[in-house]
Amino acid sequence: MTAIAADTGLRETGPSPLTSAKWAISDTLTMTRRNLIVWYRVPAYIFFSVVQPVIFVLIFRYIFGGAIAVSNSGGYVQFLMPGIIAQTAAFASFGTAIALAQELQKGVIDRLRSMPMARSAVLAGRLVADTIRMLVTILIIVAVGYAVGFRFTGGVGPAIAMIVLATVFGLAICCIAAFTGLAIGDEESVQSFGLIWLFPLTFISSAFVPIDTMPGWLQAFANNQPVTFVVDAMRALAIGGPIEANLLKSIAWLAGIFIVFAPLAVRAYKRAA
Amino acid sequence: MAEASSGPAIQVEGLTKSFGEVRALRGINLSVPRGTVLGVLGPNGAGKTTAVRILTTLLRPDGGRAVVEGRDVVRAPAAVRRIIGLSGQSAAIQEELTGKENLELIGRLYHLSWPDARSRATELLEQFDLVDAKDRPAKTFSGGMQRRLDLAASLVGHPKVLFLDEPTTGLDPRSRLGMWGVIRTLAARGTTVLLTTQYLDEADELANTIVVFDHGQVIAQGTAEELKSQVGGDVLEFVVPDRSRINDAVAAIKPLGEGEPHVDQDTAKISVGVGSRSSDALIDAVRSLDAAEVVTHGLALRRPSLDDVFLALTGHAAEDDADAPEGKRRGRRQGSAAADDGAKGRRGKSS
Repeated sequence: MTAIAADTGLRETGPSPLTSAKWAISDTLTMTRRNLIVWYRVPAYIFFSVVQPVIFVLIFRYIFGGAIAVSNSGGYVQFLMPGIIAQTAAFASFGTAIALAQELQKGVIDRLRSMPMARSAVLAGRLVADTIRMLVTILIIVAVGYAVGFRFTGGVGPAIAMIVLATVFGLAICCIAAFTGLAIGDEESVQSFGLIWLFPLTFISSAFVPIDTMPGWLQAFANNQPVTFVVDAMRALAIGGPIEANLLKSIAWLAGIFIVFAPLAVRAYKRAA
Repeated sequence: MAEASSGPAIQVEGLTKSFGEVRALRGINLSVPRGTVLGVLGPNGAGKTTAVRILTTLLRPDGGRAVVEGRDVVRAPAAVRRIIGLSGQSAAIQEELTGKENLELIGRLYHLSWPDARSRATELLEQFDLVDAKDRPAKTFSGGMQRRLDLAASLVGHPKVLFLDEPTTGLDPRSRLGMWGVIRTLAARGTTVLLTTQYLDEADELANTIVVFDHGQVIAQGTAEELKSQVGGDVLEFVVPDRSRINDAVAAIKPLGEGEPHVDQDTAKISVGVGSRSSDALIDAVRSLDAAEVVTHGLALRRPSLDDVFLALTGHAAEDDADAPEGKRRGRRQGSAAADDGAKGRRGKSS
């Protein structure tokens, strides 16, 4: 009996911190791999996440673009592409929210939460896979941009920095989406909710038009919201212009979003019912 | 800690849980000996799923204590998770992945090496008769196959205690029988199983002991035989199409039954427990009803159902208290149109 008790006592203490950390990473990679396989198996996901921004590129480049006056060199296509890329990154969050809501509905999250895996791995694996997915989409949109006349004029370093900034911005939005997906827990509601806040947020910004063409009351919002800071910083990295102020404001906003929403998402996961 | 090696597999004392105004559990006590199957029987909204969610560490109780293999679900949830398996009401599998990939994924999350995860997956696919479908995406599986895969997934980590929340809800009768076979095999190998169900016959087939939940409380506990003896054996049931004759019919069969005949006013269905007199009672009923000139429909004997147990225990039928969530399409109560089938459906089953 003593031997058994000792054995049980040992097992109650659980794995060492080092082993725990190793498992957390291994579990995250397992979940990432699984999410990427699912994405790869359903070409419709890739298709729709790429088709929407491509249509936007074509519509704004060839239909609205001619009517929108911009002051930067290279014309509207140079103005447009950083905005479209930022919006593409933000819209990648639909995938995050919908996938988590589906997993919650189907009981997959219950199954995973009842297992001895790392508690953080489901969210981390989701965000890592969605970031990879987002990066692939962004690169495709950059290529499409090149086909319609867009060029990075600031060199390779700033071009890479722009893509990194877009990806981090998208990841921040994915954190918000992870929280809403788990908190709302219903696929259709999650999708509608995403449209309700992401459409205004990305359109009432400097992404598609110069803000000074908007009515004054709208300018007040557009000039002070994170999408504008991020898009302006991305645009400066892509085609030149003053960077520092916008980049700092972007970083401050993104850090704030992570600090608030990452813990909220984790809490929603732990309490998911 | 000695409790861990000699006590029951599951010990629950005074468990309570409320969701806002709704008191889902009002002080549940359970004790499940090692290697046995406990059937938790009750209608929707009785608290079965809430109890399972607390025992599998998905939900924190408001009060009381729940211990699985000596590990407290609130104080040592990680330790509990290492020794349990859960298969819920829907198939919690990844539909885009193949059967094999689903099980390998779970194996990896139990920290098996790749070769071990693969061989465990192969083993379970064989055991659950899914070998032919192993390389197909799970979304192409039938409902029964998906549930088998889900059950297989809950066994990847060799759980000592398995929780099955309505494992056959929504399955067709054939898949249901298949599932029963699988659960029986697991129990025979010594796994402790807690199984919730809405079907008395299911609990009867699989469980060593049955507890009946109603409104968050245990209202009865015992073997299937003990519960059925509370009902009074077989049940004689028939419909009186001419509602004005219902009282005459009740009067005619009252002397045959053990206890008061129950009349369902919605369906004009009359049922009465007849104890062990089964076939004699059937013949007597035909004679009495004929003598009273009452026309009946679907007169038959059947084994007691959950409804009968509920009637006997609580005086009310096992009505749905809550709206049935999706996936609970199977009604327990036979509608009047299905009275004939309902009366025959559960007979001819070994007991």
